[in-house]
Amino acid sequence: MTTTDSPPAPAAVRPRQRRSGDTERGFSRVFRWISTGAGALLLGVLAAVALFLIVRAFPAFTAGAEQLHDAGKVPGSFGSLLGYVGPLVFGTLLASVLALVVATPISVGIALFISHYAPRRLASIIGYVVDLLAAIPSVVFGLWGVYVFSGLVGDLWVWFADVLNLILGANVEASPTGRSLATASLVLAVMILPIITAVSREVFLQTPKLHEEAALALGATRWEMIRTAVLPFGRSGVISAAMLGLGRALGETMAVLMILSPGLSYSFQIFDSGRHTTIAANIASRFPEANGLAIDVLIATGLALFVITLAVNMLARWIVARRKEFSGAN
Amino acid sequence: MSTSTAPTLDAVERTRALLVSVDPGRRRIDRIMTVLVYGAFALAMVPLISLLWTVIDSGRVRFTLEFLTSTMRGIYGGIDAGGVYHAMIGTLVITLLAAVISVPVGLLTAIYLVEYGRGPLARAVTFFVDVMTGIPSIVAGLFAFALFTLILGPTGARTGLVGAVALSVLMIPVVVRSCEEMLKLVPNELREASYALGVPKWLTIVRVVLRTSVAGLTTGVLLAVARVIGETAPLVITAGTTDSYNVNPFDGRMMTLPVYIYSQWRQGVVPCREGQADCLADINELRAWAAALLLILIVMGLNLIGRLVTRWFSPKLR
Amino acid sequence: MERHVKLSRFTRAGSAVTVGVLALTLAACNPDAAEPGTETSESAAAELTGEFAGAGASSQESAMAAWTATFGAQHPDVTINYAADGSGAGREAITAGTVAWAGSDRALKDEEITETAEYCGPDGAWSLPVYVSPIAVAFNLPGVETLNLTPDTVAKIFAGTIKTWNDPAIAADNPDATLPTTAVVPVHRSDDSGTTENFTDYLAATAPDVWTWEPDGVFPEDIGGESAGQSSGVIGVVESTEGAVTYVDASKVGAGIGTAAIKVGEEFVAYTPEAAAAAVDASPLAEGRHEHDLSYEIDRTTTASGAYPIVLVSYALVCSNYSDEATGTFVKEFVGYIASAEGQEVSASEAGSAPISSDLQGKVAAALEAITVG
Repeated sequence: MTTTDSPPAPAAVRPRQRRSGDTERGFSRVFRWISTGAGALLLGVLAAVALFLIVRAFPAFTAGAEQLHDAGKVPGSFGSLLGYVGPLVFGTLLASVLALVVATPISVGIALFISHYAPRRLASIIGYVVDLLAAIPSVVFGLWGVYVFSGLVGDLWVWFADVLNLILGANVEASPTGRSLATASLVLAVMILPIITAVSREVFLQTPKLHEEAALALGATRWEMIRTAVLPFGRSGVISAAMLGLGRALGETMAVLMILSPGLSYSFQIFDSGRHTTIAANIASRFPEANGLAIDVLIATGLALFVITLAVNMLARWIVARRKEFSGAN
Repeated sequence: MSTSTAPTLDAVERTRALLVSVDPGRRRIDRIMTVLVYGAFALAMVPLISLLWTVIDSGRVRFTLEFLTSTMRGIYGGIDAGGVYHAMIGTLVITLLAAVISVPVGLLTAIYLVEYGRGPLARAVTFFVDVMTGIPSIVAGLFAFALFTLILGPTGARTGLVGAVALSVLMIPVVVRSCEEMLKLVPNELREASYALGVPKWLTIVRVVLRTSVAGLTTGVLLAVARVIGETAPLVITAGTTDSYNVNPFDGRMMTLPVYIYSQWRQGVVPCREGQADCLADINELRAWAAALLLILIVMGLNLIGRLVTRWFSPKLR
Repeated sequence: MERHVKLSRFTRAGSAVTVGVLALTLAACNPDAAEPGTETSESAAAELTGEFAGAGASSQESAMAAWTATFGAQHPDVTINYAADGSGAGREAITAGTVAWAGSDRALKDEEITETAEYCGPDGAWSLPVYVSPIAVAFNLPGVETLNLTPDTVAKIFAGTIKTWNDPAIAADNPDATLPTTAVVPVHRSDDSGTTENFTDYLAATAPDVWTWEPDGVFPEDIGGESAGQSSGVIGVVESTEGAVTYVDASKVGAGIGTAAIKVGEEFVAYTPEAAAAAVDASPLAEGRHEHDLSYEIDRTTTASGAYPIVLVSYALVCSNYSDEATGTFVKEFVGYIASAEGQEVSASEAGSAPISSDLQGKVAAALEAITVG
């Protein structure tokens, strides 16, 4: 990989390498091949995902506007595949970024709570409870979002929109059903809390104790210590945690599918329903009854999602990897 | 920035007070931040508690033995019957199959990374394992669908096997990551002792490294299973839905628990006619909640067993 | 979704419960259906055995569940799998010959019939109407059970140009109703559906000045507004939202939801099964087809008295020739049962469809009779 220009192999490894060369006879060599093959297979799987998606999506790239509409079920006013993918990507990004904006500060708060505020005994229990959130299947989140949450926040959004319109003279529309992007984003935010919290917590715990103690010795309050020692140290870690959360939110399907009232437009009316949908939710809702070119079109949108999440994740992992090299952590 | 010291104090005491007490503005910020940090945690607990409470409260209504042991075959309208047996079996078969595919590949990859891995290939694998954990589950489903339709033709892609392949794409990186952590914990002294006795490397790995870390590996696999057992989207587009019992992953659709929840929700409220005796309007919602309760119990159970395995069986390494 | 009915072998403990339930249910509609163990001897008149697959429209899904359950009770050695993959998949499957019959929300087009010739014999496949469902304009206005609406008004509501329920256009046709100032929340199907296709076809035909969009299975996305997947999804939103209005298969309309009477000719016609069947009977068959192909071109602008022209006609696509004898016999029996008075009664009571007229039942029976086997 070009992105991982790593330092020369640590010297400590070298003795073991020589020894393994010495003892590697007969089945040992076969075993090495097998396990190396498994590693290579893993890269092959990733390549295969990209390859098969491209192959299946190819007919959608080459189809004409008429074909796309008739057989591909691309709605009438979008003449081309790009015109169709555009609002989908917009909706996906908008929902995920909103979720991220909500989730990141809360996650950092929880991570700080676990690493620097809660009593040590309590901290591990709390960590487990937050992990519990991650263990809940997304379809259950969807069920809860539909039956419980959207009803609660629907009225709140209407009130919120009224207030905004009154004070700012804005033209905010809100749906009383609560099946809007804002609701879906909030549920997404809850779903990505655990991963952002987990990564941030690890980073905060790695803060050099000396820095913290030095800050406290200078008379800093706990918050000042965190602001001057912990947060600067953990900044890149929090950024990459947020990127990982973003990647998770981008691909989340069921909660969005069940909560959101779908629509296809470039609109910032996040409290109104029928404006947005996400790529993943759109695929899951249309795929079971699609056939022929319509499947190819959906796979093409899936390819777009794959490329976006791949880019976000690679960026996040690259930041993590770079940070590891600099800090000597892990 | 004024301290509220009494005017009667002399200069020395004033200085001491300045040094000892924190300036109230700073203290106020500290308090506010403490409240915010505690508040962030409390805020995150609200949805968790609300969700768990709703699932338990609504799920227990239909959580009966009959529900667990019957299928949806021949159930239509608002009939007060039907259950998740077929979905439980489907989930079991598909998840087992996914584990059968993922565990060898994942474990061998982890062995490669820990025992052999160096050079550009190992770096690439490490990097892309992390990247793979971020593949959206629906994309994994599309991949499995595309793979099987290209090989078997347009009708070949609605079986349990396709669903299992989709789940393995999601599961392999999780298995690799957790197994790698566990193998790294095995002390080098053990390996070196084994080599010193002339044991070949592969036997050292199998007999010493794997045996030492078997509890941790089991935990890792269980947690990976718990992670994919709740996946819905890839199964909606691969294994599909059916209302009958099917144990054969190579032929025909298979229902799974998460998909069952989704499809029951999708059926919505039953429009019962007036005076219709055997008709419950909200039967589908109740079934969805009961299945959700079952699914959460399974996931929590797997998590718990995973943690207990480590606690009870792991050799004292740390 | 796929429906299995298999009453022959029970190898699992779990299915015993299902069977008990099934038997109980069937006992209500079919007095001949006794205990699962004993019914084989008396009702297996035709020696049908085997496993048969169908695929297609999800609109027929709940009716199909009832049909396969009741048919299966009479023919215990038959297993029927209906995969509700959508009409398009159904048409594709019958063309490829992977199913015995298919369900479709529209009849085959001429060129599609040509394509089916390979599997279905030189005459290709025939489209037989077996499932007629009125599409209701359903709304949630407490205290208002019915409203008179002209096609133009309906089109304006769904195009989003009528904003409140006390709009003069609505009030003009409903002098007696007390109309609230509630906002109109139109809800449309977000998925590709035959319901949307028939409804937009109706609007385009009857209100061309207001509804300028082409009839399509996907609702025009530039209108925006509330949407949900599946019939149960849209009706769910309507049930929980005051002022919401949708178009939905009439069978899904539950208590507390009002429905519109639509202006046909000079009168306002409420949806009833009879009115829907009347609209089908008042429509011409597609021209230039085989005599047994029963493809209707629904006349949306009909002025026939008592006809309700917003109907969805869903077809069974059957081959004119089956090379496999068992499959052919099964299709004749099964589709014959579906289209019989008994089968139509079952779907009417369990899925809320409109029974096709006895005249049409006869035509379908004649078409099935003409299917050649071997």
